[in-house]
Amino acid sequence: MNAQPRSRLVVIGNGMAGMRTVEELLAIAPVRYDITVFGAEPHPNYNRIMLSSVLAGEKGVDDIVINPRQWYADNQITLHTGDPVVAIDRAAKTVTAASGLVVAYDKLLIATGSKPLMPPLPGLELPGVVAFRDIHDVDKMLAAAKAGSRAVVIGGGLLGLEAAWGLKRQGMPVALVHLMPTLMERQLDVEAGSMLQRDLTDRGLHFFTSGQTEEITGTTHAQGVKLADGRFVPGELVVVAIGIRPNVDLAKAAGLAINRGIEVGDDMATSDADIYSVGECVEHNGQVFGLVAPLWEQAKVCAAQLAGDRAASYVTPALSTRLKITGIDVFSAGQLTAQDEADSEIVFRDAAKGVYRKLVIREDRLVGAVMYGDVADANWYFQLLRQESDVGPLRDRLIFGQQFADACCGGAKGAMDVAAMSDDTQVCGCNGVSKGTIVKAINAKGLTSLDEVRAHTKASASCGQCSGVVQAILAHVTGADAAISEAMCKCTEHGHAHVRQAIVEQGLKTQGQVRRALGWKTDDGCAKCRPALNYYLLCAWPGEYLDDARSRFINERVHANIQKDGTYSVVPRMWGGLTTPDELRAIADVADKFKVPMVKVTGGQRIDLFGIKKEDLPAVWGDLNKAGLVSGHAYAKGLRTVKTCVGSEWCRFGTQDSTGLGVKLEKLLWGSWTPHKVKLAVSGCPRNCAEATIKDFGIVCVDAGYDILIGGNGGIEVRVTDQFTRVATEDEVLEIIAALMQLYREEGFYLERTAPWVERVGMAHIKARVLDDGAGRKALEARFLFSQQYAQIDPWAERAEGGIDAHEFQPLAVVE
Amino acid sequence: MDWINIGTLSDIPALGARTVETSLGEVAVFRTATDEVFALINRCPHKGGPLSEGIVSGRKVACPLHNWVIDLNSGAADAPDEGCTTTVPVRQDGGAIFLGLEAARKVAHG
Ligand code: SRM
Ligand SMILES: Cc1cc2nc3c(=O)[nH]c(=O)nc-3n(C[C@H](O)[C@H](O)[C@H](O)COP(=O)(O)OP(=O)(O)OC[C@H]3O[C@@H](n4cnc5c(N)ncnc54)[C@H](O)[C@@H]3O)c2cc1C
Ligand code: SF4
Ligand code: FES
Repeated sequence: MNAQPRSRLVVIGNGMAGMRTVEELLAIAPVRYDITVFGAEPHPNYNRIMLSSVLAGEKGVDDIVINPRQWYADNQITLHTGDPVVAIDRAAKTVTAASGLVVAYDKLLIATGSKPLMPPLPGLELPGVVAFRDIHDVDKMLAAAKAGSRAVVIGGGLLGLEAAWGLKRQGMPVALVHLMPTLMERQLDVEAGSMLQRDLTDRGLHFFTSGQTEEITGTTHAQGVKLADGRFVPGELVVVAIGIRPNVDLAKAAGLAINRGIEVGDDMATSDADIYSVGECVEHNGQVFGLVAPLWEQAKVCAAQLAGDRAASYVTPALSTRLKITGIDVFSAGQLTAQDEADSEIVFRDAAKGVYRKLVIREDRLVGAVMYGDVADANWYFQLLRQESDVGPLRDRLIFGQQFADACCGGAKGAMDVAAMSDDTQVCGCNGVSKGTIVKAINAKGLTSLDEVRAHTKASASCGQCSGVVQAILAHVTGADAAISEAMCKCTEHGHAHVRQAIVEQGLKTQGQVRRALGWKTDDGCAKCRPALNYYLLCAWPGEYLDDARSRFINERVHANIQKDGTYSVVPRMWGGLTTPDELRAIADVADKFKVPMVKVTGGQRIDLFGIKKEDLPAVWGDLNKAGLVSGHAYAKGLRTVKTCVGSEWCRFGTQDSTGLGVKLEKLLWGSWTPHKVKLAVSGCPRNCAEATIKDFGIVCVDAGYDILIGGNGGIEVRVTDQFTRVATEDEVLEIIAALMQLYREEGFYLERTAPWVERVGMAHIKARVLDDGAGRKALEARFLFSQQYAQIDPWAERAEGGIDAHEFQPLAVVE
Repeated sequence: MDWINIGTLSDIPALGARTVETSLGEVAVFRTATDEVFALINRCPHKGGPLSEGIVSGRKVACPLHNWVIDLNSGAADAPDEGCTTTVPVRQDGGAIFLGLEAARKVAHG
């Protein structure tokens, strides 16, 4: 079967279109060719679109690699990076690379992309002048940002604006020079272009519109840009982003038919039947390209042709544009304005909200859409436009969006909801993936994560703007609880469940390892994911993982509660709500000595000292420690209080020693870190004076023993506990509570209290783990006790002695 | 303006901050994971929260009081919040950190 000798395919250009063609080809004809790829750049195949995000610091270079070197190896593709092809010999059917390497082909694919358009300006050759096309350019820009120079961007189209915004994000002062009076005039009408300029001006960019660049000034290095009307814009970095031009040099030298680009037919073949071409270097029916969506179509057709499907034929799809500047939503497709009498425009404006929308309609068909500020309905409009749907019946409501239009027409109700979306609605514009394709892949292949959907369908794999919709479809199809699949934060697509599982299964032991293994988009995470990861690691690897103070909210870092004026409150532990005259005296002394403005009894049966200055904290703790008082962890995602009532020792109704049991529970649990705070209470009888029925874990004593209740919450949303079980002895209470605590520690998502946890995993599950499975319960208890060894250390004592975190409590310097 | 030595890079924990008392008020000096140093007046544009106590990631700090995210370089709050904290010029030389302040008579290091 395999005896048939393979044909040789050589690909010139290791870019987006070329490698997509190879991917498509491998999918349909994996053994047909021996493939050799030449790339002028030293990198493996990467997502050029995302250079804007790299420049803006949202992604690293590693994050944008599409196919790493291993992929080439796995598919037996010979890759020559950093070695451009310099000549094609069509007669001999060989290509020659700069290194001198000569490789023969049966079929040749030219995918050399385009070159930045560089106007013939004086000063263009000066150091400091760059284009915006590849990683090398981005490196140069980042270096200039680091050096603290100022930037001038020439060109107010998509590329120029993204460059300007990225540089601004890097901290540079940025001016943008644009030839036309409004920005992105090819994609946006005047009104939307002006709104965009206003918003970007608010964000600190400076604009010089109607500005014709005359010269880049400077002698040894660029110093600024001189405009024809005499204006001068200073800047040591000058980014030229005025457009692109198909890179046809090689093809031209080889004598192929060239116009603006390399001419190809519907079969993507050039004037030489053995040479194909795809990407920004081609011209098809007089059209050249600058966005990836049509290139993916070309790749598909070209791959089919290479695989022997002579019928495959390319048609340019309708195109739409979005700007990738975080927080600025722009969409446009089709015609920008009415061309003549037959066209009509519908415009919607909400200046206060910064929303603008214009639809262009011809003969009851939508032929253009421009949206600014709110692009939620962009997919829907684009769908109507591409399918040339009859919008006559919707016309009056069309401008208000899908939800409104559908609702009035008796269609689906509810939010712009994915359930209502028809199967042929295009979700991913870059890759032309419809909702139906995504749903089919999820069902057929049992996909459960955004990454998997991306890998199998390519949806959201290019510019990533549609990730949210893809995620919503995934949640809809799998019926997954939003909380489970929802991304932890903007740094990752993974949800809490997935991250916790990966930490344990892959043995990830540091935050860096987690972020690397799971493809975090940021180097050091954010204020949302860092505390969560810190907790997950601490819980998974007790005694091994080193707690990261920098990933803790201030309260947990300095072991006191920050107040609105920047002072702190201090709450010592009072076990089970019990105290002594000596303790009270020590508290009173501290209050006097440090002039504490307010002393208050808390709702948790202990005493709070308010208004303590940060630098006084260690001394306050030192004094409290001397009287035997330790931290009450009133600030912690950990055990807070165990409230008790007087119980059988004094109360005429008391059935058991609720106070004593409360103290034992607090001694067992104190110091432990949990997903969110944990509160307990023990009441001596069903009169329940300790309010045990709204605590995370509550005990209500009865004649026959102890009722254990779980999942209560007295906070924002009150939830009464569920009855868990009744046991006869204190020892059983302690064992079950320790096991419950550990189960919650291991299963709860960060900032999820026991009430939502119980509802999420279900009572049956918790009972199965803690009541029915005796060995499992013991194991949970053992894991809890093991981790408590490392947790039950009074943080105040450690700091009062001045050993730990001393820098937290003193200013670095005082300048008078 | 004078460049005043306020200490060394190692005095500030990575992804952390220290404060400096100055005639301008309290200044927060931040250190990022990549050892960049930034200085801001230690007051959040929202309700004056002490930014030095926030969680630092990338070139941003999340205010400890209500979680506004402030850009260390520009002092500006991330959208949708609006506001700006005053930045203070800062530079590093060798391991030493200098703040750009009006002439100071005395510096005491903590
Ligand atoms: C001091 C105290 C009020 C008082 O003067 O009595 C208090 C003070 C604060 N509570 Fe509370 N809560 C206090 C008892 C309670 C109680 C009553 C109880 O524990 O029996 C509840 C309802 C019970 C519950 O938690 O289910 C309570 C429900 C909350 C909530 C809502 C939690 C929820 O799940 O919905 C928050 C917000 C949060 O944690 O995210 C909160 C948050 C806070 C914070 C930490 C607000 C903050 O983030 O800065 C307050 C800190 C003030 C400070 O600096 O000390 N506090 N808080 C009480 C301290 C108890 C203690 O000794 O540790
Ligand atoms: C910053 C930026 C942002 C963008 N944003 C978007 C966006 O949001 N949406 C969108 O649809 N499009 C966007 N684009 C456009 C998109 O990236 C291009 O349409 C796409 O990369 C073109 O693919 P290509 O394969 O034709 O060219 P390229 O990806 O440029 O690949 C061509 C490759 O061929 C190599 N090459 C050239 N000559 C030779 C030779 N002689 N020998 C060997 N190798 C050679 C080049 O070095 C290059 O690596 C953006 C582009 C940039 C630069
Ligand atoms: S109820 Fe709690 S959080 Fe609200 S003001 Fe009182 S102490 Fe603060
Ligand atoms: S004071 Fe900073 S967020 Fe409110």
